[in-house]
Amino acid sequence: MTTWDGAAAAERVAITSDQDVVRVRQLVRTLAVAVKLSLVDQTKIVTAASELARNTLVYGGGGNAEVSRVDNGRKPGIRIVFADEGPGIPDLDLALTDGYTTGGGMGLGLSGARRLVDEFEIDTEVGKGTTISVTKWCR
Amino acid sequence: MALSSEQGNRFADLLKGHEDTVIASWTDEISRTVRGRLSRAELQRQTSELQKGFQTALSGGASDLNDDAAAELRAQLTELSNTRARQGFTANETAVSVFALKEAVFQVIKGGEDADTATLRDYIGFSAFVDRAALFTFDTYVRIREELIADQAEQLLELSTPVVKLWEGVVAVPLVGTLDSARAQVVMERLLQTLVDTGSPYAIIDITGVPAVDTQVAQHILKTVVAARLMGADCIISGIRPQIAQTIVALGIEFGDIATKASLADALRHVLRLTGTKRQER
Repeated sequence: MTTWDGAAAAERVAITSDQDVVRVRQLVRTLAVAVKLSLVDQTKIVTAASELARNTLVYGGGGNAEVSRVDNGRKPGIRIVFADEGPGIPDLDLALTDGYTTGGGMGLGLSGARRLVDEFEIDTEVGKGTTISVTKWCR
Repeated sequence: MALSSEQGNRFADLLKGHEDTVIASWTDEISRTVRGRLSRAELQRQTSELQKGFQTALSGGASDLNDDAAAELRAQLTELSNTRARQGFTANETAVSVFALKEAVFQVIKGGEDADTATLRDYIGFSAFVDRAALFTFDTYVRIREELIADQAEQLLELSTPVVKLWEGVVAVPLVGTLDSARAQVVMERLLQTLVDTGSPYAIIDITGVPAVDTQVAQHILKTVVAARLMGADCIISGIRPQIAQTIVALGIEFGDIATKASLADALRHVLRLTGTKRQER
């Protein structure tokens, strides 16, 4: 089992199937417990990871997630970076609008995930791919 | 180093000539690893069949396990892996059942007077043949175990989605674990069928055992509720813990006019109040 000792400890998971989404979720939950996030924050980051991992799979055509423990000097936290080399997002504002979806989902995954975390960074380029970084700090 | 057909023939003769000795020491060798989980008579039967298999393959001119002459032997090895895998033996114990033949044959050669360089060279070829047979057994074992796991996953899918009758006219679906599309489909089918079979006007979907409710899970639940409504049944979602409630709000999921409750007991009480059933106060 992974031990999350150093601040640099990171684990990368390839996302190529539905099972991998479950693996990302389990990995995030394990780390969230290890950095002592509250039960509500654990559930929030796990849910956000689940949404973004599924987006990586469904819209990005697969990619990977890097789960790491971070520290800003005052408190620990958890950061997950999702990267794919898919089609990218042409209109980011539209994609972040509640209820907008190009698939068959509810259109809340991306916008909802942003509300579930403390820091949300998105870097996308049409034809190149998308990288999303989310962070949740201990309170 | 591949086995030539002359070498193969020599070993076929050797296996035939020392049949009893080889089978006895082979059986001894295996029984040491399986430690009483198979009777000696059973092992002896298996080894003597395998010995015949090897003998036939080698005298038929098989220099490789994939040769036609070894078809019968391959079938025997598959059968061996199959029974071992299903009886719960490890891959190691299964492969050793074949590897042990090398030891048994070596004992015979060492006991004879003609243990010269040529014999040993023959032995290396034979040994490579047995190695391939053991690896084949190993592969087959892994494949069979994977089939077993796939079967169990399927059974688990069936097992983990029961629909229970909670009260007259009330059925409940306790969801446990990850709700992916495949399970959501099974849950919906089961629930709708049970609603028809029991003629229940109320269904409670309990999500206490679902660790995280994301948009996909919510969408599956909502679809199930809508389908049940189309059939005239009312659905209540129960088991919404504080952390799940906060996450659902942050995600922005709306459950609309669907009744939701914190616990299964609350949901049942709600339904009983709706139906006007009086509780027996003690």
